Amino acid sequence: MSIFVDETTKVVYQGLTGSQGRFYGLLNRDYGTQVVAGTNPKKAGTDVDGIPVYATVADAVEATGATASCIFIPAPGVSSAVIEAAEGGVSFIVCITEGVPAHDEAWFFNKLRRDFPQVRLLGPNCPGIISPGRANIGITAGHIAKEPVPGAPAVGIVSRSGTLTYQALYELKLNDIGVSTCVGIGGDPVPGTSFIDCLEAFEADPGTDAVMMIGEIGGSAEEEAAEFIAAKMAKPVVAYVAGVTAPPGKKMGHAGAIVSGGKGTAQAKMEALSEAGARVGLNPTEAGQLMVDVVRSLA
Amino acid sequence: MDLYEYQGKQFFARFGIPVSPGDTADSVDEAVEVADRIGYPVVVKSQVQVGGRGKAGGIKLANDADEVVIHAGNILGMDIKGHQVRRLWIERASDIAEEYYASFTLDRSAKKHLGMLSAQGGVDIEAVAVENPDAIARTHIDPVDGLTEAQAREWVAAAGLNPDATEGTVAILLKLYTAYVDGDADLVEINPLILKPDGQVHALDAKVTLDGNALFRHPDYERFEATQVLDEREQAAKAKGLQYVGLDGFVGVIANGAGLAMSTVDIVNQVGGDPANFLDIGGGASAEVMAGALEVINNDPKVRSIFINIFGGITKGEEVANGIVAALGRVDIDVPIVIRLDGTNADLGREILQPHLSDKLQMQPTMVDAAKRAVELAAAQ
Repeated sequence: MSIFVDETTKVVYQGLTGSQGRFYGLLNRDYGTQVVAGTNPKKAGTDVDGIPVYATVADAVEATGATASCIFIPAPGVSSAVIEAAEGGVSFIVCITEGVPAHDEAWFFNKLRRDFPQVRLLGPNCPGIISPGRANIGITAGHIAKEPVPGAPAVGIVSRSGTLTYQALYELKLNDIGVSTCVGIGGDPVPGTSFIDCLEAFEADPGTDAVMMIGEIGGSAEEEAAEFIAAKMAKPVVAYVAGVTAPPGKKMGHAGAIVSGGKGTAQAKMEALSEAGARVGLNPTEAGQLMVDVVRSLA
Repeated sequence: MDLYEYQGKQFFARFGIPVSPGDTADSVDEAVEVADRIGYPVVVKSQVQVGGRGKAGGIKLANDADEVVIHAGNILGMDIKGHQVRRLWIERASDIAEEYYASFTLDRSAKKHLGMLSAQGGVDIEAVAVENPDAIARTHIDPVDGLTEAQAREWVAAAGLNPDATEGTVAILLKLYTAYVDGDADLVEINPLILKPDGQVHALDAKVTLDGNALFRHPDYERFEATQVLDEREQAAKAKGLQYVGLDGFVGVIANGAGLAMSTVDIVNQVGGDPANFLDIGGGASAEVMAGALEVINNDPKVRSIFINIFGGITKGEEVANGIVAALGRVDIDVPIVIRLDGTNADLGREILQPHLSDKLQMQPTMVDAAKRAVELAAAQ
């Protein structure tokens, strides 16, 4: 089992005709994802390596029954691409694009919540989502994720950081632990899907036995997740938070990774998670080992 | 991108927010010229991006040209908490009846904009927030609706300002919200927002942070970017398109991806080392990017060893290894390097690196081992 996406998910790629969209769209198809369509208003009627291109998401949904979209549109066009996808009728939108202005994100997050409450947005500025063996939507290298082993415990992963997500997938694979779904929620100020959304879904998913959560400095999403873990989660959680030594007031790569006034420090986040009952590793390898212990105790 | 006060005031003025008449001056002569033009008394204000300018003697009142000469001469070149004053803002002095605080920023938890207004302005608002949180009237604004006049009125009433200030404050808040949204700001803050004895309300200070991601909508922001003060290392990295933050330690760090780079800095610290920088080279790890990264780090005299931490995802291990080998051929590195290469085709990558290994170029299997070795090598230098 998995959360949000599986082998039945049919995906339309907004920006499939661009270099990034084409590269990852075809990689995702090779992985086994149902890549059913692309969109480009100027190239409707053409195809990308056999994948039909439509003018709009609505056209693609009508023709192919697409249920999800994946956005590889440059930042200036992301607002309208997100709304086009929601209006077009998909229920899950993955936005890979980085560099989207914070005001745009705040606007379309609230617009979706109000006018399209049934639609889930993942991202922007995220690596996407992979349910190993079922579907891979985004830029994750599929082969570093291990499929769940029947009869053995499987782990769900939710992460704010791209490369640390890969690191986590890899650590689990080295230890022969399968992953139900790995969700990269992205490091931007207004992520469409939060830690809590994913924790809630993993808690409810019969195919997930434990959760690995990777946070980073800035904001209060990890602290909020800690409250949720303490109040609502029965499944074990292992956490890692990057940025312990980040200097105050400095941005380190991610728009979200900024510390101000002692709030949002990695230390505060780790303490909150630990108090909530999560096992907290000081580095990705240590977190991987903690998960190995958890999985052994579950098996 | 943080603006200087003078840039913030120019930004506010564009959106019709009343500010004091004034201009910038980079020399004493220029300061006198500006003061003569706008009329005395004037305030001579140092332009540095750090708080506590007044306490440090960086803001002075001048009643005539002689006083401008004295104050401008003292303040130009002054060091305020490590920031050297190179520019002044000279503005007409204002009579102040009351001082307020107003700001807009994004509330990441609520995922809405947050307006804050307080009758206790002109002071450290963070202290007010801790000691007397009720003194700050907060209002959340749905980005889809924007700030309506009715909401602004209710909000101003809740802040308990002098009734004489109500109309002027409502008007300024509506304009400030427009500046915040249309100007793509992460933060707009007026502290103090003043009520003058004649009943006028106006912005006596301006703190503005612009969203660097929105530059495509505001090509004119380039002039703000040009005045940003970066340290030399940061300047060099920016020219090469690298994500670099200078730190104070002696282990240079190169990693691919912001999260991994942050994690690498943390691990160096955990094993008893002191990182010299955060440097994210992004996903590709090509020879060119790697060479650029090595050059930036090599120019930092404090660096005594370098830790290269690469996880191959879509980019394969052999491509990364070839990139590193080619980069080492182009840049003359004085200090020892420790590499940890993992992920896709890491075995092939390590095979490529193997014949190049020496005392000066070592490889370790894990992040922790590599960090330990880099710290040991730095200590031995």
